Amino acid sequence: MKKTLFDKVWDLHVVERSDNGPDILYIDKHLIHEVTSPQAFNELEERGIPVFRPDQIVATADHNVPTQNQHLPIKDALSRKQVNQLTINCKKNGITLYGLGHEYQGIVHVIGPELGITQPGMTMVCGDSHTSTHGAFGSIAFGIGTSQVAQVFASQCLLLSKPKSMRITVNGTLKKDIQPKDVILYIISKLGTDSGTGYFVEYAGDVFEAMSMEGRMTVCNMSIEMGARGGMIAPDQKTFDYVQGREFAPKGADFDKKVAYWKTLPTDEGASFDAEFKFDAADIGHMITYGTNPGMGMKVTEKIPSLKNDSFEKSLKYMGFNKGESLINKPINYVFIGSCTNSRIEDFRIAAAYINGKQKAKNVHALIVPGSQQVDAQIRREGLDKVFEEAGFELRQAGCSACLAMNDDKIPQGEYCVSTSNRNFEGRQGPGARTLLASPLMAAATAVAGKIIDLNA
Amino acid sequence: MEAFKKLSSTAVPIQIENIDTDQIIPARFLKATDRKGFGDNVFRDWRYHKDGTENQEFPLNDTTYSGQILIAGNNFGCGSSREHAAWALTGYGFKVIISSFFADIFKGNALNNGLLPIQVSEAFLKVLFETIQKNPETHLLVDLENQTLSIEGSDRYETFEISAYKKQCMINGYDDIDYLVNNRDKIIAFEKKNS
Repeated sequence: MKKTLFDKVWDLHVVERSDNGPDILYIDKHLIHEVTSPQAFNELEERGIPVFRPDQIVATADHNVPTQNQHLPIKDALSRKQVNQLTINCKKNGITLYGLGHEYQGIVHVIGPELGITQPGMTMVCGDSHTSTHGAFGSIAFGIGTSQVAQVFASQCLLLSKPKSMRITVNGTLKKDIQPKDVILYIISKLGTDSGTGYFVEYAGDVFEAMSMEGRMTVCNMSIEMGARGGMIAPDQKTFDYVQGREFAPKGADFDKKVAYWKTLPTDEGASFDAEFKFDAADIGHMITYGTNPGMGMKVTEKIPSLKNDSFEKSLKYMGFNKGESLINKPINYVFIGSCTNSRIEDFRIAAAYINGKQKAKNVHALIVPGSQQVDAQIRREGLDKVFEEAGFELRQAGCSACLAMNDDKIPQGEYCVSTSNRNFEGRQGPGARTLLASPLMAAATAVAGKIIDLNA
Repeated sequence: MEAFKKLSSTAVPIQIENIDTDQIIPARFLKATDRKGFGDNVFRDWRYHKDGTENQEFPLNDTTYSGQILIAGNNFGCGSSREHAAWALTGYGFKVIISSFFADIFKGNALNNGLLPIQVSEAFLKVLFETIQKNPETHLLVDLENQTLSIEGSDRYETFEISAYKKQCMINGYDDIDYLVNNRDKIIAFEKKNS
């Protein structure tokens, strides 16, 4: 039988199949962070169950951490307690932790790939919906709830019914300067936020083949924003080259053996999917969102659609926008470049290349937050920090930051923020904050202009 | 986990689509290390005005409505995987959520916490909203064993889907950890075969 990439990886991880119930699926790697793990540790402790495979778990502190003065104790008492609890739990259970102050600390979905923990053909989970990021390597990676975190602690397995399969193909060549973020925002704007629910997505075609590994991560990261549990891209030479030589990647003959296996993973010619969508790369432009879910996006040159629907209208009211309105020239006071979607070195190179020699507009507060300590170090090695500083951007330390505003990095009530993060939900970046999702290039351009502009004009 | 078989209750209607888990429980309330207390902050930014006063227009604050059943618009629970959303809803006192569509992770989280997500047709959802808004005293009857949701005092009902395994878990109050831990021998054998 012809198999998809997803089928191949799933089938190899099934411990037991049940005809009228869920499969027992084995999990290779479990990533954890401070927010969604404490209740799972409590659960196990209350039941007297030990952590089954602590060596297959990696922890970091990212959601709650401050992005300034990370060498000092965390000021917010609740955040400090949660981060401390993670340290205690990891120590007690023999789990590797890259906490604050460690050179590998960072956003969980940035450090996994950068340390070579993420590899093709794996099953990976984390109590975070953007775990789909790791699918860029051809792994089955998805977000789970805290009860499931406890299940993986207890058994290194999950009980799951196999999801349906969807393939999204984008063929052709992207127009000049169109970013991976534009591609995924375009797809979600076309398909909607619930189109992927119940599915695992494979992204295929010329555009993803030509895309860098970091670009593929940006795309897979936002799979959950159309409801899909995860997204995958077939591993290729680019994938192998990216993994090779990283801290936890297989070495020498082991690596060659793995590559031989990874090469068998791509979807068989003629394999069938439960749903298929095709798009033309030439139709994709610079994207921006205008509403309160990631499906409410459009090309920056387009006008807000005129839909008659209570939820749509409620959303526009929150954003302070009107039907039929263009966003070009809309003044913007906040710009955020960061999050697990766009905080890797390529994102900052793109932003810095645009900013170089320019100044941010006076009205704009521009925040640059690297995804990890290693990305931060790379920014400095390449001298991008100077570019940002000279242009008036504020370079902070690694963490999730203003993507979900659990720390002090909040966008004030009623203010607009052009953000490279993944969610424009009401209050996501702080109570009353209004988020417009875009690529790092669009964000950089907004910061310089102080308003939304058409990059092609 | 508490067992669930049958429930007869009035319901609270929130007629909004795409309610994401950031609305159910905003991120700034996720700093606890236990599962308690999230109910106080369920739908926080919709329940309260910026100045901290209650938004009387929001159905949870509208004394017309009460009950252990929440009826919500299409695609309920999308976004973040935070199980805190399920804890906030159960903490507030809800035992059943009715919608025409649920996001994947939320649905799993709800079931793992004894909170029953019932997916109904768009048409029946519309009937439910209309019925409750017209007569907030109306009781809905949820019968998990027979997988039916009916409007009491009328002949209107719909059957709903739930996996046979999850149904047994809900009825008996079991969770997946027990099942998985009991299968450790098979898991160890699987690891040996693949090492």
